Amino acid sequence: MNDTLAQISSYSVYSAIVVLFLALGFYALYLARVARAGEAEVEAAPERELVAAGGTTSSVGTDEPVGTDEPASTGGHVGTDAATQEPARARKAAGIAWTLTLLGTALVVAAVVTRAVEVARWPLGNMYEFAIVGAMFTLLAYVGWSSRRDLRWLGAFVLAPVLAVLGSAVTVWWTEGSALMPSLRSYWIAIHVTVATMTVAVFTLGAVIGALYLLQDKRETSGGGGGRTAFMSRLPSARALERLSYSAHVVAFPMWTFTVIAGAIWARQAWGSYWNWDPKEVWSFVIWVVYAAYLHARATTGWKRQNAMWIALIGFGCVILNFAVVNVFFVGQHSYSGL
Amino acid sequence: MSATDERTRADLSTQPAPPDGGDGSGSGGGVTLPRLGPGGWLRYAWRQLTSMRTALFLLLLLAVAAIPGSTFPQRSIDAARTAQWITDHPTAGPVLDRLGFFEVYASPWFAAIYLLLFVSLIGCVLPRSRIHWHQLRARPPRAPRRLERLAAHREVETDETPEAVLERLRTTLRGRRYRVHAHDASTLSAEKGYLKESGNLVFHLALIGVLVGVAWGHLLGWKGDVILPVGQTFANTLSRYDTFSPGPWVDVSGLDPFTLRLDRMHVEFESDTTGRGQFGAPRDFDATTTFTDAAGQAREESIRVNHPLETGHGTVFLLGNGYAPHVTVRDADGTVIYSDATPFLPQDNFYTSVGAVKVPGADPDQLGFAGFFLPTGVIDDQRGPHSVFPDTLDPQLALTAFEGQLFPSGAPQSVYTLDTEAMTPVPGKDGADQLRILLRPGQTYDLPGARGSITFDGVERFAGLSIRSDPGKTLTLVSSLLALAGLVLNLVVRRRRVFVRVSAAEGTGRTVVSVGGLAKDDDEGMDDEVDAVLTADEGHR
Ligand code: HEM
Repeated sequence: MNDTLAQISSYSVYSAIVVLFLALGFYALYLARVARAGEAEVEAAPERELVAAGGTTSSVGTDEPVGTDEPASTGGHVGTDAATQEPARARKAAGIAWTLTLLGTALVVAAVVTRAVEVARWPLGNMYEFAIVGAMFTLLAYVGWSSRRDLRWLGAFVLAPVLAVLGSAVTVWWTEGSALMPSLRSYWIAIHVTVATMTVAVFTLGAVIGALYLLQDKRETSGGGGGRTAFMSRLPSARALERLSYSAHVVAFPMWTFTVIAGAIWARQAWGSYWNWDPKEVWSFVIWVVYAAYLHARATTGWKRQNAMWIALIGFGCVILNFAVVNVFFVGQHSYSGL
Repeated sequence: MSATDERTRADLSTQPAPPDGGDGSGSGGGVTLPRLGPGGWLRYAWRQLTSMRTALFLLLLLAVAAIPGSTFPQRSIDAARTAQWITDHPTAGPVLDRLGFFEVYASPWFAAIYLLLFVSLIGCVLPRSRIHWHQLRARPPRAPRRLERLAAHREVETDETPEAVLERLRTTLRGRRYRVHAHDASTLSAEKGYLKESGNLVFHLALIGVLVGVAWGHLLGWKGDVILPVGQTFANTLSRYDTFSPGPWVDVSGLDPFTLRLDRMHVEFESDTTGRGQFGAPRDFDATTTFTDAAGQAREESIRVNHPLETGHGTVFLLGNGYAPHVTVRDADGTVIYSDATPFLPQDNFYTSVGAVKVPGADPDQLGFAGFFLPTGVIDDQRGPHSVFPDTLDPQLALTAFEGQLFPSGAPQSVYTLDTEAMTPVPGKDGADQLRILLRPGQTYDLPGARGSITFDGVERFAGLSIRSDPGKTLTLVSSLLALAGLVLNLVVRRRRVFVRVSAAEGTGRTVVSVGGLAKDDDEGMDDEVDAVLTADEGHR
């Protein structure tokens, strides 16, 4: 029975990787097609201007194909009704990508649920489990957020890190299902570790959008349009990206605060002291302080938003380090990697 | 900084005055240095310290300064590993030690950063609290003359009288939780979201509470460790602890007199799964004890990981376990000169344990045995004696014997190691220069010469208990939860102002309603807010 479940769980993860990889491809295709349409539009524009300058007729351009009839919307930003200007082929790619994303998400959820049933406990006891649950929350956050606004431009950038995590999970972090060690046997695992994993998912979205913001900002200030960054024209403006990233961080930061507090309460139960400067605690503290600095930097007049965003990205670097490095290589009480 | 120059001399007391805004909107952060007297300099320094930039800088510095504590072993956590590290790095070790890298969180530089940060925080938050206090009771400000200049603005015309429109909008705004005031007959000023700043202040003030709680626990808390074999009783007095570390302000004579007897110790290890890192992993530790409180009331208590025992003034945690082989030593006549469960300390995940049996009653020379206890023993040439599973599948005791003086200097020494300074190895029977003894439970070894015998009677488990008291923990917990609540308020609530102006449209007899909205920081929803205020008005029509 348990072996069957274990197999179902593994197969779900592997199929999810395949499906999400395809989804990533279609999201990339979507961006490429939108970008190509955008470039065509950029090329078409001067011509139209020439005609207009000739003053022959004012109705030139009205019978152009949908998607290039609004010179003002070259940026194609959310809010300027981007969807209606996309070529049908791009829209189709995004549709397929979305369906595949939903399927992949369902498969990861299935993997987590079967794993939980297999081990008959909360499925957050080792690095393999942290990784697949983290991937699940990231996907769920993306899917959930997508239902409230158009985030098709973000798909590729969310799926790439999710795939990296799932790939590492099945290769380097794979751990056979087993019971928990005594210090993990507590209802606090469901509170502390679950919220921590969710928080990392939200931080991931914040960091991905933040990195896109920095790229977009550079592109906007240098006035670049085509070339390798042409797909960026489909993305929201730098200002909008910055706000989106900030809102993700605003959700994640209190969650992280809660994670640290819950961890401290649990640490007293399990280890006898609520704070012991164990490497994991040190890094949780560092992460908290770095993100607090990000929020401060953003609220400080005279500080550039770009610099504030860099602080947030450093914070995310610490989050990655706290998971991938501290769990495995640092000597401490948080030795639950299962490796 | 020109504002500082303009202050009159009367202001320049030696007491640093709080900055006026505290939000550190820092007009350039003092690029031009002011010409000032000593008081002025103090004020200038204070202003710099309490600016938002400084707070930001100190926060980043604090993050960086905390890192070495995770990369270098810390003495307070693992003294042995720290000492080893220093020995292994003869050049860097002592230098880093002097710089405090092995006690980062007690080092002066770490303290300097967080204390400065908290001074900065107090200097920043107190004036802001005062301002906020006044704002909470003030009226929303007068409507600006040109509402169309505000971030969000709408204008509509209606047939109703200005009075009726104002009355309805006032109700609408109140319904949307605005505080509304009419400074004159043709305008409304409304503001909401005061809780944002309240939350921010609660958050920052609560951080001070966290720090005080931590400090309180440090000064008045204590912890002591004791290793208790099954069947033995611990009495809560200073002398019974193996180690005891009180905070500077603790009165160690005031420990409450409870006793704790370890009746049973249940331990379970993973033996099913053979997956990487799982085989032999601990699964369950459960100490069944009889707790007798200060009043003499006895009751059975189970102490487990994640389930400590509260004794009233302290808490008993089960933090470790191991084996205490029961060893009996007899002299040449067969008289028992040592018989005790002797704890050996586990060294690895499979409980290869080290310890010593000290027999001061042996004659003519005192006897000492040092070596390993192996719950599932294997002895090979490469690794020597070691255990391959943490449970007692094949318990063995591997010892070497020494004779001479056990306590040459009279100084206190660890019960787990033998000080062989004034001892010589007992030679082996077959002429080997060192006697090696391997015993399984029930076996006896006759020592060469007239030295008597040693018997391994059997093995008991011990519980590693830690008894701790932290009187600051409640303050720390409550403060951190308050901080979290304040933070959520600060981040969720939006501070918004809405202004309304009505005027007669020219000639038509209709009324022009102009609504403007203004938000603190960028607020995507302000346009919708202004729309909502107006459409609620239309819906009423
Ligand atoms: C232990 C030190 C400190 C920590 C951990 C800390 C943390 C934070 C956090 C997490 C926020 C919420 C961010 C937000 O509102 O977006 C915040 C806001 C704020 N902090 Fe601090 N802070 C500290 C010290 C200070 C100091 C020393 C000052 C004054 C110079 C200060 C001034 C502010 C202000 C004005 C805000 C509100 C920003 C806004 O939202 O407009 N903080 N702080």
